[in-house]
Amino acid sequence: MNVPAAEADLIEARSITKRYGSVLANDRVSLTLKGGEVHALLGENGAGKSTLSKILYGFTRPDSGEILRGGTAVDLRSPRDARAMGIGMVFQNFMLIPALSVAENIALFLTDLPAVVRTSAVEARIRRLAGRFGLRVDPGAPVRQLSIGDQQKVEILKLLLAEARVLILDEPTKVLAPHEVLELFQVFEALKAEGYAILFITHKLREVISCADRITVMRQGRVTGELPRGKADAGTLVTMMFGEKGVGERGQTPDAGRATRGAKDLLELHGAGTRARGSETALRDIELRIGEGEIVGVAGVSGSGQKELGDLILGLRPLAAGRKLFRGADASRWSIARMRDAGVAFVPEDCLGMAAVPGMSVRENLVLGTGRRYWKGASIDWGSLETRMGDSFRTLDFPLPRLAMPVGGLSGGNVQRVVVAREMAHEPKLVIALYPTRGLDARSAVSVRDLLRKVRDSGSGILLISEDLEELVEMSDRLLVMYEGAVVGEYPRGRWDAEQVGHLMTGSGEATRAG
Amino acid sequence: MPAERNAAARRFPRVVGETGRYAGIVLVVLAVFGGILLVAGKNPLKAYADTFLYTLANAYGFSELLVRMTPILLTAVAVAIPSRLGLINVGGEGQLYLGAWMATAGALSFPHLPAWVLLPIVTLLGFAGGAVWAAIPGILRARKLVNETIATLLLNYVAPLIVSYFIFGPWRSAESSAYPQSPAFPDAARLPSFFNTRIHAGLIIALVSLLLYWLLMERTRWGVQMRSIGGNQEAAQRLGIPVAAWIVVALAIGGGMAGLAGMGEVSGIHGRLRQGLSPGYGFTGFLIAWLAGGRPLGILLMAFLFAIITSAGDILQITQGLPYSVVNILLALLLFIVLARRPARRAAG
Repeated sequence: MNVPAAEADLIEARSITKRYGSVLANDRVSLTLKGGEVHALLGENGAGKSTLSKILYGFTRPDSGEILRGGTAVDLRSPRDARAMGIGMVFQNFMLIPALSVAENIALFLTDLPAVVRTSAVEARIRRLAGRFGLRVDPGAPVRQLSIGDQQKVEILKLLLAEARVLILDEPTKVLAPHEVLELFQVFEALKAEGYAILFITHKLREVISCADRITVMRQGRVTGELPRGKADAGTLVTMMFGEKGVGERGQTPDAGRATRGAKDLLELHGAGTRARGSETALRDIELRIGEGEIVGVAGVSGSGQKELGDLILGLRPLAAGRKLFRGADASRWSIARMRDAGVAFVPEDCLGMAAVPGMSVRENLVLGTGRRYWKGASIDWGSLETRMGDSFRTLDFPLPRLAMPVGGLSGGNVQRVVVAREMAHEPKLVIALYPTRGLDARSAVSVRDLLRKVRDSGSGILLISEDLEELVEMSDRLLVMYEGAVVGEYPRGRWDAEQVGHLMTGSGEATRAG
Repeated sequence: MPAERNAAARRFPRVVGETGRYAGIVLVVLAVFGGILLVAGKNPLKAYADTFLYTLANAYGFSELLVRMTPILLTAVAVAIPSRLGLINVGGEGQLYLGAWMATAGALSFPHLPAWVLLPIVTLLGFAGGAVWAAIPGILRARKLVNETIATLLLNYVAPLIVSYFIFGPWRSAESSAYPQSPAFPDAARLPSFFNTRIHAGLIIALVSLLLYWLLMERTRWGVQMRSIGGNQEAAQRLGIPVAAWIVVALAIGGGMAGLAGMGEVSGIHGRLRQGLSPGYGFTGFLIAWLAGGRPLGILLMAFLFAIITSAGDILQITQGLPYSVVNILLALLLFIVLARRPARRAAG
């Protein structure tokens, strides 16, 4: 750690530790924010960046460690305390009221707001600051008419008017178009010149290298390094983010000798693309093959289009371009029901939210999504359903829950078992696993991975979407890397290279296709 | 919530439990309303005694309760069916009018058909009228264009205008030019009535519809699909359930039920189409379905209770000289109490 240079230090976090259950979200993290500096906080999803920023903003209190403001320890009990200390934060989801004007939105945030608001005075203050820092927005315009980039400017203005000196921005570039990113960086320059401190949270390497004065890298709750500008290059940062051997070695043990390509193609995407709705990522020109008996892993930082890819294959969203083939047949326009009938199963991260109905019984949930298999006249053949599902639970070695019990009353693990047992009951040809181990404890995660391998060995194809790079490396027979809705890299088992994958995920490398 | 229902079922039979629940609500409402009557200088005990005497304790009064109950049972089912998919149908009133209008069209178009042909036609047309009227918001919702609550609500204002156009225009009866109404239905298009009262076959249709609603939701695979949409639309969609189609179908079936209510009024009671056919039966049905939480038995009990309350309005007007609108106080009280109970129940479940 650097020795803090007393005067310029605005905020210092010392040895912050925060634990959530069995997860150590922050492990003795230290960080110093100096006036006139852009400090980038870099790390994968789940590295602990958000936890740290929430602690700095008083949202969460650390288990141990302290926060110093100008050299003296302070106790941040709420965001209100943090704001009083001159700390402000821009969240990923903006906290603006669309129907009100820019000035009104900002006025609402000010603590010194009089009972009768003189809008003209607030507007004048906004104009003054906006001109000084290049945050030009019309104070009278209703927020709903502003672009996302302009809304972000309003968020920053809000903090400046409230006299914040330390600005925390949580992935501010995620929602911006490239030219807006450049504008934001110019704003950073202007703020720096006036002595503001900026904490810029991101996982995009290129941006960090172009705008940060100091870079702190986190991995699995720990700070893995702090570098000043100039000493940081993409290679060093990728190693810090993903670890020396994070990508590459671990995966070669259990399945080292496996053929890298299944015999027959189950699913093919040719030039597939989608349109983005809302904050989704549009898929661009995807070429993908999933063969029988192989696990195709998809890596990428969150929001790179992985979820959209799974949904596209499931049939939840239409193709805007290209074709989808399932076992040789053109499935571009198949409904979800038809895809499922043809043998596509879906195991999501949040089973209760995406694959089960909490208010319905286990029995009823087991019949959902089984197509016409258990139809009997106007009713359902509950007997044969129970027999088949009972077998499925036994094969998987899951305990059978009470069938009349509402699924919402089961524990999270048991909900997932119900969903997995249902999805595996009819020998699926293709399993779409969307973050299947996210939020599971280590033992459950291992059993899910074993299950996926077993399904693979029985000849099914698996699309494994995950944010856990080690899991992907261990499981994947082929690994795809996605970035901004496109597949930017493809590697057969054992041929991936840690650094390259890291570069591709963070958008700092050249597209490769080694497959 | 089903968990809580199952638990209740284990402790004592469901019928007893539900009846007790509603009886409790009614007692509290009666006590508070009695206080209001006292303040107004009336004798609450006398008022309640009168109401009891002229409704439950009197054969004619009781038959009128069943007559009042008929349309609101159907409009309650019209709300309950879509509600199981998480859809809010506020359009029972409009669907009722359209059902009455289509039924009238059938009755006037085939005056020479025998009853055994004409009555099924009139009934089906009544159903179809309501179904079409509700399918419009259904399609708009399924295509994610307009929220079904708003669309069904707005169509309520359109349907009576269609009826008015026809009874002021093409269908205006020649016999009474002063009063806008359609010509009388041929006898073959009248629903049979029973025991020399105004109770008509519509009551049987209503009770059968209630039973069918229960069977559909609890005993068929279609019910499982519809309930899954209400329980978790995202999951239902990902599991391949045709969500958009079900939204249209469920609203249409619901609308059809309200249409049957309208058919019952023109064919069973009035024998012709006229303005002001419904004193808000569609909205009453909404309240009933909502207060009963969509449960068939609750709908039956609540519909009966609402029939008593609306009758009470007429009776108190005559015996106590109170304005009819006092029943609105009574209805509002009922609503408040049920609303107040709700969070407690959720916490218990």
